[in-house]
Amino acid sequence: MLHTVIQITLLLVSLSMLGLIYRVIKGPTIPDRVVALDAIGINLIAIVALISMIIDTYAFLSVILLLGILAFLGTVAFSKFLEKGEIIERERNH
Amino acid sequence: MSVIISWIIALLLLIGAFLSLVATFGVIRLPDIYTRNHAASKGATLGIMAILIGTFLYFYQEHGHFNSNLILAIVFIFVTAPVAGHLIARAAYNSGVGLSENSVRDDLKGKEEYEKQNSSI
Repeated sequence: MLHTVIQITLLLVSLSMLGLIYRVIKGPTIPDRVVALDAIGINLIAIVALISMIIDTYAFLSVILLLGILAFLGTVAFSKFLEKGEIIERERNH
Repeated sequence: MSVIISWIIALLLLIGAFLSLVATFGVIRLPDIYTRNHAASKGATLGIMAILIGTFLYFYQEHGHFNSNLILAIVFIFVTAPVAGHLIARAAYNSGVGLSENSVRDDLKGKEEYEKQNSSI
C-alpha cells in the first residue's frame, strides 16, 4: 500500500513541477520566473525525498538540506539584484 | 501499530502532493505576481513540510533510523520560505511591476515622493 502511495505522490509532484515550468517559460515579468524557480526548487526537494523512499536508502537525505539552503540563497541574491542592480555593494557610507 | 503509522505516512504524503498541486494551479491561474507569490510561498512550503515529515516517519519506522538532517531541513524551510517570498515581492514592487487590473487600492503608491519630502526636512 505504501509503495503505491509513494509512486502516486511522485507522479503528482512531477505534474506540479511541469506546471511551474510552464510559468517559468511564459511568465510575463522576471519576478514571476524567480517565484516559479523557487517553487521548482521546493518541489525538487520533495522528489529527492520520495525517490530515497522508493529505493529505500537514507544516503540522500543530506541533499534535502543542501537544496533548501541553495534555493533560499538563489532567491535572496536574485531579489537583491532586481532591487538594487548589484548583489554585493561596494560603498559603505550611506 | 506499524499499520497505523503506515496510514499516517500515506496521508501525509497525499496531503503534501495535494498542496503542491494547489500551489501550482495558483501559480498558473492567478492574475499578477503578488497573488502568484502568495500561492507559491504558502502552498509549496506547507506541502513540502508534510512530505518531509512523512519521509522522516518512514525511515524511523522501517529502519529505526532517526535522521536529524530531515528535522533540520523542515525547520530551515519553515523559517526561510516566507522570507524569500517577502524579498521577491518587495523587489518586484520596487522594480516597477504593476498590480493586476482588478485590484482595488494600492497603499504604497506615493511612497517615493513621501520619502523624498521627509528626507529633505
